[in-house]
Amino acid sequence: MSAGNGAAVRGRAAYLWALPPVALLALFFLYPLALVAQQSFQPDTGGTSLEPYADVLASAAFREALWTTVWLALAATAGCLVLGFALALVIAFVPFPGARAVARFVDVFLSFPSFLITLALLFVYGTVGMANGAWTDLTGDAEGPFRFLTTPWGVLLAEITYFTPFVMRPLLAAFSQLDTAQIEAAGSLGARAPRIVRQIILPEALPALAAGGSLVLVLCLNEFGIVLFTGAKGVTTLPTLVYGKAILESDYPGACVVAVVNVLISVGLYGLYRVVSRRARA
Amino acid sequence: MSGGGIRFDHVSVAYDGNTVLDALDLTVEPGEVMALLGPSGSGKTTALRAVAGFVRPASGRVFLGERDVTGLPPHRRGIGMVVQQYALFPHLRVEENVAFGLRARRVPRAETRDRVAEALDMTGMGAYARRHPRELSGGQQQRVAIARALAIRPGVLLLDEPLSALDAQLRSGMLAELARLHRELPDVSILYVTHDQVEALTLADRIAVMDQARLQACGTPQQLYRAPDNAFTASFVGNANLLPVTVRTDGALLGETELKLDTQGAAPGATATLCLRPHLVGLGDGPGPNRLTGTVGEIQWRGATHRLYVDVDVAGHRVMADVRELRDPPAHGDEVTLHFAPDDAVLLPAGVGAGEERR
Repeated sequence: MSAGNGAAVRGRAAYLWALPPVALLALFFLYPLALVAQQSFQPDTGGTSLEPYADVLASAAFREALWTTVWLALAATAGCLVLGFALALVIAFVPFPGARAVARFVDVFLSFPSFLITLALLFVYGTVGMANGAWTDLTGDAEGPFRFLTTPWGVLLAEITYFTPFVMRPLLAAFSQLDTAQIEAAGSLGARAPRIVRQIILPEALPALAAGGSLVLVLCLNEFGIVLFTGAKGVTTLPTLVYGKAILESDYPGACVVAVVNVLISVGLYGLYRVVSRRARA
Repeated sequence: MSGGGIRFDHVSVAYDGNTVLDALDLTVEPGEVMALLGPSGSGKTTALRAVAGFVRPASGRVFLGERDVTGLPPHRRGIGMVVQQYALFPHLRVEENVAFGLRARRVPRAETRDRVAEALDMTGMGAYARRHPRELSGGQQQRVAIARALAIRPGVLLLDEPLSALDAQLRSGMLAELARLHRELPDVSILYVTHDQVEALTLADRIAVMDQARLQACGTPQQLYRAPDNAFTASFVGNANLLPVTVRTDGALLGETELKLDTQGAAPGATATLCLRPHLVGLGDGPGPNRLTGTVGEIQWRGATHRLYVDVDVAGHRVMADVRELRDPPAHGDEVTLHFAPDDAVLLPAGVGAGEERR
């Protein structure tokens, strides 16, 4: 057998190995996704048309949910990046007792379900939560002033609280790789902490920030539990709109249209983020 | 550029109750090159980091010139520092690396440009200004690190094992470069941390020998080499034969062998250590009074020299002799005689010299 034939056989064997996972992926992920896409072109009146798209895109509820979804995701990502960077900096570079325990807690936090954080926030800031309770006890008022939890700001707070560790994890890994001699060299050359953070640490952290940020962006775009728990009354995002249309209104074509739009936005924003972060690194 | 030297005034450093630098008293004169020489864990790097401001002494003071800098943060000390792994900023070009300290000090733009060019020219890296560190060899990166440290025109330059990451040939080239730089910048005091005696002997005006967190000896390379204070210094600065002897009025007794040498006032009857440099030990009877006989345990040809390890007739002691290449070298097991001049032997009385500084 010639070397060329051997390579060809090995190539075919590689394809055979790839076949089972690809088949599973197609069966459990791509096929249902294709069904959703197909359903979005099939109105309840029968046939195939763009009618469901026309109906959904024309509705004010959809446009509002779209806007809410995008700005919440962008704002939450920005908040997570700023807060996550600041917290990771402190944990990695400011020596304090328990820093290692805090870093480990970040890992544990990542395994928490999102509604747990939301529930905790309800206990603190909810209508009958601790903050309002303390207020009514102190002032004698019938109600406390903290009512933001059911507004988009409540969702934003919950998302930033829950997703910040997703930014911190890759950042802490990146900081542990950073050569402390560089920071010391910068210090001995006369640089104070802000300049060292800006010119030495931040450039090194950009890939980790891009990784954490893009992950958080996609997760926020598709977040369902936090929105359902906190903003159920006044906040509608694309995932909750899908839920409402499919389960509450039994409007499957409409739900599928929103789902398709949600997927397109996720993939589109994620792609944009990667391009921008790659430029920032270059 | 402000000179002024460095002064350690009884500086101790401890981590978690472990003393890593014990009451160091040492002065580096303005414009002097002082090598801190010692094995790993001897406290030499800790001493350097105390000057840079990266470790806080548990007690004692650090002075730069007349200024007490013990409590000052690193960015206010005005020190140039070069470390083993270069610590260049990987995302900045060579010229930006060198300009970093000047920008941090808000030096005007035009002056920054001139001083960057000057520092790069001084280290022979002018042609590489637009490169990134990853595009340079190890030796080039170390030159950039030196240029970066010099650009801020420091009065004090701290070099922490700066040549350890380079191969032998580059190292000797860089040693010559550093010596040239110091000639060009005679006002800069240099504290040079190394475990390599050749670097210390070549470059330093004085050497401070450290071991186990303490200063063991300090003096010029010649002083430490020819007349070391103690056994540790003798073995760490150059090679040495260290043999136990008993002091006599006009010499010493090595086993049963009488040796003539200057006892330097040591009390007769006391035990001491005889230090003999291998290149000062000759093969054969020689003209002088001091002879040692023994059998050749090992012989190594080293090109210009032969190194003989001779098992002398004293309680299993082995003497090392570096002699000019022999036409007819003795074989393993041959009986030979070694000789040395009384002036070439140094007697090291026990417990003398540790922690003292010589000028």
